[in-house]
Amino acid sequence: MDKMPKWADVVLIPVISLILAAILSALVILAIGENPVEAVNLMVTGALGSTYGWGYTLYYATNFMFTGLAVAVAFHARLFNIGGEGQAMLGGLGVAMVCLYIDWPHWSIALLAAGLGAALFGAAWAAIPAYLQAKRGSHIVITTIMFNFIAAAFLNYMLVNVMRPQGSQDPATARFPEAVHLPTFQSMFSTAENVMFRGAPANISFFVALLACVVVWALIWRTRLGYEIRAYGHSETGAVYAGISPVRITIVAMLISGALAGLMAINNVMGEAERLVLNSTEGAGFIGIAVALMGRSHPFGVFLAAILFGFLYQGGAELALWTSIPRELIVVIQALVILFTGALDNMVRMPLEKLFLAMRKGAE
Amino acid sequence: MEFFVTLIQVLDSTIRLATPLLLACLAGLYSERAGIFDIGLEGKMLIAAFFSAAVAAVTGSVWLGLLAGIGASLVLSALHGVASITFRGNQLISGVAINFLASGLTVLIAQSWFQQGGRTPSLFGGGRFEPIEFPFAEAISGVPIIGPIYSELLSGHSILVYIAFLMVPLTWWILFRTRFGLRLRAVGENPAAVDTAGVSVVGLRFAAVAICGVLCGIAGAYLATALQAGFVKEMTAGRGFIALAALIFAKWRPWHAMWACLLFGLLQAIALRFQNIDLGGVVIPVQVMDALPYILTVVILAGFVGKAIPPRAGGEPYVKER
Repeated sequence: MDKMPKWADVVLIPVISLILAAILSALVILAIGENPVEAVNLMVTGALGSTYGWGYTLYYATNFMFTGLAVAVAFHARLFNIGGEGQAMLGGLGVAMVCLYIDWPHWSIALLAAGLGAALFGAAWAAIPAYLQAKRGSHIVITTIMFNFIAAAFLNYMLVNVMRPQGSQDPATARFPEAVHLPTFQSMFSTAENVMFRGAPANISFFVALLACVVVWALIWRTRLGYEIRAYGHSETGAVYAGISPVRITIVAMLISGALAGLMAINNVMGEAERLVLNSTEGAGFIGIAVALMGRSHPFGVFLAAILFGFLYQGGAELALWTSIPRELIVVIQALVILFTGALDNMVRMPLEKLFLAMRKGAE
Repeated sequence: MEFFVTLIQVLDSTIRLATPLLLACLAGLYSERAGIFDIGLEGKMLIAAFFSAAVAAVTGSVWLGLLAGIGASLVLSALHGVASITFRGNQLISGVAINFLASGLTVLIAQSWFQQGGRTPSLFGGGRFEPIEFPFAEAISGVPIIGPIYSELLSGHSILVYIAFLMVPLTWWILFRTRFGLRLRAVGENPAAVDTAGVSVVGLRFAAVAICGVLCGIAGAYLATALQAGFVKEMTAGRGFIALAALIFAKWRPWHAMWACLLFGLLQAIALRFQNIDLGGVVIPVQVMDALPYILTVVILAGFVGKAIPPRAGGEPYVKER
């Protein structure tokens, strides 16, 4: 018998963790001499009070959905993919190559090709750590961390020495041609008299991210492969007994994870920057960890958590603009969320389990 | 002769750059030998760097700064201990959280205290660790070969550099020649056996995590008060992860850790001095030097050149009764 009803595990624990993180963040804001209530007000109006704010919130959320799904898929196979950052960087390289070196007649075909390129490059970057984990037993966490740094150096090399247009000092590629510019929310939802999402970077990739959430849900809970991934994640010995190959599952799960992280590049590189710059990922790969933990590795949870973090990112930028609170406050909140929903999970869980047991005894 | 002068300068800078790596690497050694994975070395160094520079800037005393740095690092260690030992949480996730916490808090507090865009004021005078001159260093600096080696390479570093290198034999002695060390290693291999012998697994692991905190604290203080004069945002720049790489490269052994850190320090020193290296037609770009520590570590991890096997109970929380 479960110690707790399912809803408590899925809803109550993340919510309590979030409240704890919020209380601590409020204390931090108080400690640096600002007013937390005012800060929350500013964040809400800045991120959700206008279509412009929503345009940024959803843009960030798109990034986090991809990286969050990436971490979540790996979590289901009990693999901790810290390499989302590097995989997303490589995804950016894939997008840049597709967009720069091939002439595209229309953005829609280009989006398909760029998505494929991004996913391929991301998956390729996850393939080596996956192979080493599966075949050589090298710890996936360490290898993916190392691959983040190698990716950064590699991207730096490509941008400075190979892809930088002649005469440019900036370590970045040339701008992508007009034909591959993705439709933004502004062009999609504005009417002649009413301009919506003016200047905000949210674009059609948001819907690709939504689609990815649905596809991942179907994959994990409605396919044979998904079942095998979950079975392997629950018990390796059990999975082996059932004839599931650990090597195959490790590699396949990591390839899917890397592909999802790489896919983020259609949003930030193709949709927003429209060229590849250094540090285009801006840590989104790591936020994926917080998003996946918060969302309990379920695509719907990831969707909600990604929106929440999108709100935090846009709200944090507004805070930095209007108050003396620097943007790094978001990094602290992110750390607290990871801490409470990930590492200190038992701290919240143990007392709750006791409470539910006591209540059940009382009812009998 | 010109080559020799350059060599001495590069090696001198190697020692400076290897010091924070070595301290952090030994810190990780204690923790991981006791079965607690620590990918939060980076964060602990960063917070120590900030608090040491901040306190040194305010009080003008670098020693108080060092203490503050160690204290701050210990707080994060305690957090890691509570999460991964007491509440048996995921040690890797806890490490990730600690890195972000340090990265955010340092800038937040720096901005609130000093309003200089996330940095501390520059340190000078008693706020920094000054180089220590060995006796007769001036006198024999003119002697060929030995002179420069003694007076430039070995002499003239801050005290923390010498402490770091003395920590290597000390660590070896503690781990392999004392009862505490034996128990510490045992708790990383087979905690149940240690528990059966009536020794507290939790106590030993907390001790290891605390030692790790102290050493990371010294490493961070060295960065901000000796290598550089003050704290700047993200000043650890991945050193905690290079130290982690060195630890794997050294297969969790103190003397090897020193050589690994010196090697990675040398790579940093070369990258700093030469940028792109022209080897008669073949140019090695500077990015290769940046990536080399990580590539070497992956090769070692892959087990193609001597397999790296971590302590067996590493990463697993210990549950007393099943």
